[in-house]
Amino acid sequence: MARLSAEAVAQARELMSLYPDSRSALVPICHLAQAEEGWLSPEVMEHIAELMGITPAEVLGTASFYEMLRTEPVGRYMVSVCTNIACLLNGAYELLEHAEERLAIGVGATTPDQMFSLEEAECIAFCDRAPCLQVNHRFFGSVDDERFDTLVEDLAAGRLDDDVPHHGVLSRVRRQGGLAVPAEQVRAERAEADRARAERAAAAQAERS
Amino acid sequence: MALTDASPIVTARLRHGDSHTLERYLATGGYDGLRRALRMEPEQVAEEVNAASLLGRGGAGFPAGRKWSMLRPSPVRYLVVNGDESEPATFKDHLLIERDPHGIIEGTLIAAYANQVTQAFIFVRGEFALGLERMQAALNEAYQHGAVGRDIFGSGFSVDVVVHPGAGAYIAGEETGLLESLEGKRAFPRIKPPYFPAAIGLYGEPTIANNTETMANLPWIVQHGGHAFAALGEGSSTGTRVFALSGHVRRPGNYELEMAKTTFRDLIFAPVLGGGIRHGRELKAFIPGGVSAPWFGPDQIDLPLDQDAVGKAGSMLGSGSVVVMDDQTCVVRAAWRIVRFFYRESCGQCTPCREGAGWIEKVVRRIEEGSGREQDLDLLLDVCDNIAPGLSWPPQQTTICVLGPSIPSSIVWAIRMFRDEFLVHIKEGACPYG
Repeated sequence: MARLSAEAVAQARELMSLYPDSRSALVPICHLAQAEEGWLSPEVMEHIAELMGITPAEVLGTASFYEMLRTEPVGRYMVSVCTNIACLLNGAYELLEHAEERLAIGVGATTPDQMFSLEEAECIAFCDRAPCLQVNHRFFGSVDDERFDTLVEDLAAGRLDDDVPHHGVLSRVRRQGGLAVPAEQVRAERAEADRARAERAAAAQAERS
Repeated sequence: MALTDASPIVTARLRHGDSHTLERYLATGGYDGLRRALRMEPEQVAEEVNAASLLGRGGAGFPAGRKWSMLRPSPVRYLVVNGDESEPATFKDHLLIERDPHGIIEGTLIAAYANQVTQAFIFVRGEFALGLERMQAALNEAYQHGAVGRDIFGSGFSVDVVVHPGAGAYIAGEETGLLESLEGKRAFPRIKPPYFPAAIGLYGEPTIANNTETMANLPWIVQHGGHAFAALGEGSSTGTRVFALSGHVRRPGNYELEMAKTTFRDLIFAPVLGGGIRHGRELKAFIPGGVSAPWFGPDQIDLPLDQDAVGKAGSMLGSGSVVVMDDQTCVVRAAWRIVRFFYRESCGQCTPCREGAGWIEKVVRRIEEGSGREQDLDLLLDVCDNIAPGLSWPPQQTTICVLGPSIPSSIVWAIRMFRDEFLVHIKEGACPYG
């Protein structure tokens, strides 16, 4: 795919309208783009730049800073094994070693069938269920070797498709609702309310003195 | 010290399986705090928060009311709620975002009203996919309910709230890094001064940035009054706090406790809390407030969970996360993993942090793998001293943000507390714990 779908373009425009400066929508739009192909190709980043009126270098500059935004293709399932302190204390590196053996790939690699990618993650805030991991940022806690194998089998067989969409799909809930009037109108009303409040405060002050 | 029976403030609703829905939220008193706030003057709401002495729950522990009072007058003002929880072993915001999103939204609206902001953003860590879905669904419900948007509950007050996803960067949790990230850029922390975005914040406009748990406290404070909140806890540590307990304990988890009334011993050993060290082992060390904090040993276990007391004892309550290590823990490996985190997450702007973290990581790894040299401990302390001169607590800063001075904490205190263990690694060329 060289470009974003028409549906994604419409959603991107909607996202840009939410912020006082449309540039703020860049990260959300990158997530949106990743949901289509699982990663950000140079062509897609060019399309994003065109939509947002910025340069492709600016898109890459932001995207390349963030762990979740992928400028190289990854598998359908990104398996992120946490090895940070709470998981380390609960056998995370042993789990990571098992994951490498089971998937027959090293950290940072993707299986030849493009099904699984494996990475060592920093703390994912699920420490009471250490050792834990995420698949496409969906949580799995208290993972032992056996549970890991079952998880991989379930994913490969498509048994978890409802819970774990393909890589890149983050929030599946669309925004509904909003101000329904231009932000300028709200600002004008706010200024009016500020004046009225100041008058009330001055009147109360006068009454006291 | 006895455990207190103070009722929870921010986790009370979580005993219900559907605590994230509007239906359950309304059935448990939801949005009553906002309704009450909207009947007050904005200044009165801010006064209640001041009276509560609510300390920010993100990590720095700065009083929320003071932050608000610094907001510069302007026709445009923003509120950014920091849900980018990434401090290792901290998992309380994750819980609140997934299980009580309406509580965070209601608090956000109360803060938005008190500060008369024109738009609010709830920044949710990108890795929290379920949290992002729950937060957006809750916001949609809140719009439908008339609790957010145009003319909230007929009060004449209007404000728009946007749920914004992060994309994986610890440094985006730093207040000014957060703003850069929200502006669609790399999350590079901004040079200070200005020290607070209240002067120059999002898009250069006055901005308040508050933690999610801080927001979740506001409905209760408005409902019960700031003084009732301040009556909980002791001294400057008021109210309750969610402590995230992890590591070698029988019952790891989030525990909301009255501030200052509970000790680390209670948290780790009480049967209804941590339940003690697993496998009948002994306590070796614990980290009292996130991995940026200096470590404590068994001698400090009777300290209360009190921001000032922990500060005076030479560490910090920080993000409220407590990591417990048992007597079979290799402290060299534990300290190495922490510094590796900072090395991976340094944004790279400042030389001491970018270079220092990498060199420390390499040297500690060398020791852990059995190739350490006699002079390595001095070398480590010297590099740490270049990042945070004096190796004191609180640390001196040579970098734009506090990530830099957080790097030496684990290394320096691990060496000070367990020098012999480092030396065994070096002399015997192996880890005594395998």
